[in-house]
Amino acid sequence: MNEKIGMVVIVLGLAFDFFGCVGLIRFPDVYNRLQASAKCVTLGTCGILLGLFLFKGFSGAGIKALLCMVFILLTAPVSAHALARAAYRSGVKPWGGTVVDHYGEDLENIK
Amino acid sequence: MIPGRVRWFIGLVASFAVLALILFLPLPSMLKWQSGFLGRAFLWLLVCAILCLARVVRGPTAPDRSVAIDMLGILIVGFCAILSLSTGRDWYIDIGIAWALQSFIGVMALAKYLEGRDFDE
Amino acid sequence: MMKKAFLFMLWYLVWCLLAWPPSMQHMIIGIFVASFVSLMTNDMFSGKPLDTRLNPARYMWFLYYVAVFAWECFKANIDVAYRVLHPDLPIKPGTIRVKTSLKSDAGLTFLANSVTLTPGTTSVDIDRDKGLIYIHMLYISDSYDKDSMKLKVVDKFEKILRRIFE
Repeated sequence: MNEKIGMVVIVLGLAFDFFGCVGLIRFPDVYNRLQASAKCVTLGTCGILLGLFLFKGFSGAGIKALLCMVFILLTAPVSAHALARAAYRSGVKPWGGTVVDHYGEDLENIK
Repeated sequence: MIPGRVRWFIGLVASFAVLALILFLPLPSMLKWQSGFLGRAFLWLLVCAILCLARVVRGPTAPDRSVAIDMLGILIVGFCAILSLSTGRDWYIDIGIAWALQSFIGVMALAKYLEGRDFDE
Repeated sequence: MMKKAFLFMLWYLVWCLLAWPPSMQHMIIGIFVASFVSLMTNDMFSGKPLDTRLNPARYMWFLYYVAVFAWECFKANIDVAYRVLHPDLPIKPGTIRVKTSLKSDAGLTFLANSVTLTPGTTSVDIDRDKGLIYIHMLYISDSYDKDSMKLKVVDKFEKILRRIFE
């Protein structure tokens, strides 16, 4: 029973991984790509690790998979945030269809 | 000339067809290690990694490439999890944990470099 | 001293989970490793005295935060998947300022992380002096007032995080 649930969770995770990578190809500029891929790939990999935990139960590998999930959930948004900031600071212009750009206006005033 | 929307729809159907083939096509016996569900899942992740690599090759600016490398680092953790399930060796997940932390540190260093700051701040 | 003991317990727990199943060797080595790491990371976790940190109500709010966060994260992924697969790419991106009233380091970090994983938003930068957080949004609807400095998701998480960290 656990293995069937684990299989479903792994397939969901694989699908979200794929959507994130398609977003990486399709979206028009760095910031949108970052949005799509950071969200989808993080949740997808967490899904795969949760599936591993459901397969193995509370053995060594299962506990380590849970720890790995916590690490990824803590570190992936931080690196996405750092990359978005670095892209703005290194002078990448937002896409032409951008509606408002308050951060670009305020960029001189912040440090 | 085919309009753009129809072309995208055809592309969508084609990509899903490829993925369905990867997951459910019966394979000849010489490729037996890929015949289980987990081997197919591994191939699917390989397709995702190839998409990331395409962004690394094509990306017009340096931050694009950094984003793709970050995503590749997280995907590899998934690779390690699938590998440890399909081979039954628990120590692959240790590699996954180490890889997650290492790629995080690497991406932070890349971000600082792109921002034009020193590393010892 | 109490803070060091708290950190030591935390890192010892992490070590024991990493070296599961527990055996005598691993536990003894873990004492040395955890004491070394808690000495090294002592000044990274400054701030509150311990008795407010051990208040059980905070941990109940933390569990509630995890539940809300998981639901928002799942919704975010459905949303992004819809926008990625739609042939017209229905996006109207932009960065906006949002006012926040959180002050502590941990609170701001958790707020930025949870904003990054919720539907259509990514935190780009934080201006601590003015209490502003800059958010990149994937789709800004026409009815949204762009200069109002308010966002529903941020308000929701702020209310929970203020009870946990401040």
